Amino acid sequence: MRDVAVIGVGCTKFGEKWDTSFRNLFVEAGGLALEDGNLSGDQIEEIFVGNMSAGRFVEQEHVGALIADYAGLATDNIPSTRVEAACASGGLAFRQAYTTVASGMADVVVAAGVEKMTDVGTEMTTDVLAAAADREWEGIAGATFPGLYAMIATLYMDRYGLTREQLAQVAVKNHANGEKNPNAQFRKAITLDTVLQSTLVADPLRLFDCSPVTDGAAAVILAPLERAREFTDTPVRVLGSSQASSTIALHDRRDICTLDATVAAGNRVFEMAKVERKDIGFIEVHDCFTIAELCAIEDLGFCKKGEAGKLTEEGVTALNGSLPVNPSGGLKACGHPVGATGIKQVYEVVRQLRGEAEGRQIDADIGMTHNVGGTGATVVCSILGRV
Amino acid sequence: MTVPRFWRKQQSRYNLIGTTCSTCGQYFYPPRNFCPECRRDGKINEHKFKGTGKVVTYSIIRSASDQFSLLTPYVIAIIELDEGCRLTSQVICEIDAVYIGMPVKQTFRRLGTDGGSGAIFYGTKFIPA
Ligand SMILES: [Zn+2]
Repeated sequence: MRDVAVIGVGCTKFGEKWDTSFRNLFVEAGGLALEDGNLSGDQIEEIFVGNMSAGRFVEQEHVGALIADYAGLATDNIPSTRVEAACASGGLAFRQAYTTVASGMADVVVAAGVEKMTDVGTEMTTDVLAAAADREWEGIAGATFPGLYAMIATLYMDRYGLTREQLAQVAVKNHANGEKNPNAQFRKAITLDTVLQSTLVADPLRLFDCSPVTDGAAAVILAPLERAREFTDTPVRVLGSSQASSTIALHDRRDICTLDATVAAGNRVFEMAKVERKDIGFIEVHDCFTIAELCAIEDLGFCKKGEAGKLTEEGVTALNGSLPVNPSGGLKACGHPVGATGIKQVYEVVRQLRGEAEGRQIDADIGMTHNVGGTGATVVCSILGRV
Repeated sequence: MTVPRFWRKQQSRYNLIGTTCSTCGQYFYPPRNFCPECRRDGKINEHKFKGTGKVVTYSIIRSASDQFSLLTPYVIAIIELDEGCRLTSQVICEIDAVYIGMPVKQTFRRLGTDGGSGAIFYGTKFIPA
């Protein structure tokens, strides 16, 4: 296995992009990454693209070839592969690209993610996202995706005494971060009242506990560490990337409030990167719902089960806290174009480690990502560090 | 959900028929044809569940997909059957009546309608026991 570095990153602005098509979202992010890495298209040897549901959102399958074609690479005939693990599709693409470079199969590989969600209505979106869980035994009962996370929240609040205000503080904190991120869908600070008075979606979760529907794309370019300086003065090293799976249905979990796939992927990536929890400067976690951020912090081993709400309330996870969580604004405020999110997390970690995060800059040498598919049936974690 | 996909599991959905592994004694609903515990050594047989259990956790769905939007608000729950396995189902009761630990029993109800064909699906929901 070779050491691998990120040599270029690009990300579109996230939001409702009525005027941009699925393919142009990708082209924009890919172009930014090439420019950032000072690469020409003909240096790209392979592409992995994370995408959850182009088939239902824009009625387009065969996304790998489409992306390579519109990136101007059709005549190079490079391998281009779409990977899917619901909301963890982007994380999966990153890990595939990482293993491809680490194994020596290729040198310069693109990991991208793209989702175009706003071409269909809200009810259709709800239905598409429900397919991230067990269609035949959760969806058919009327369990929406927010409803499943709401059931985690109900049990969690009952068991650990988490307050509604502590849960809301996750959204308040992420919006405060999003306000400082020029790519974020929502660049607006909110108060506890904004969350507590928003519409109920699935009790106890309200609209401001939920990540939004978003269009967006992100791309990062990987190369062997030993070649990284050919492309950039500021390579960021990939210290490890791990993936884990668990039961597709929430009802089959050992514990409803614990994402065992997060625990497994977390333990694996720490072992692989040879770093400890205390070495991590900040984390980008999968806060598709406020409760998910609390579970992530705990299941990754940063605190005991049931304590993350209190940490959030005390400001530990804020930008100026001792463990900043979701400096980008997270899925909540930066937006959640499902297939792109896992790559956007890597993008944020790289920008932070290169000292380019402007108003939200954290002084850290090592950052971590945590990307979840469904209610935790797939989890991808990566750790990146300054060279 | 399309008609063939629903029909395939109709007996399970109508009558709460799952499976059990006679090697380890575990019960499976939704049914599994392969025991995750015993794997190749597992022996799977059909099993009709008693249909009683309790609410493990729940939510009240206020915003649903097309298929369920007319039902909102409705109670969704993870239910642990007395035999030990868990499933996701609606509980038919006042939305503020549901609680963790609530005893429930199965009932036969309309589950939903297929958007395209208009076919109506019936199956198991739960009511307070
Ligand atoms: Zn068995």
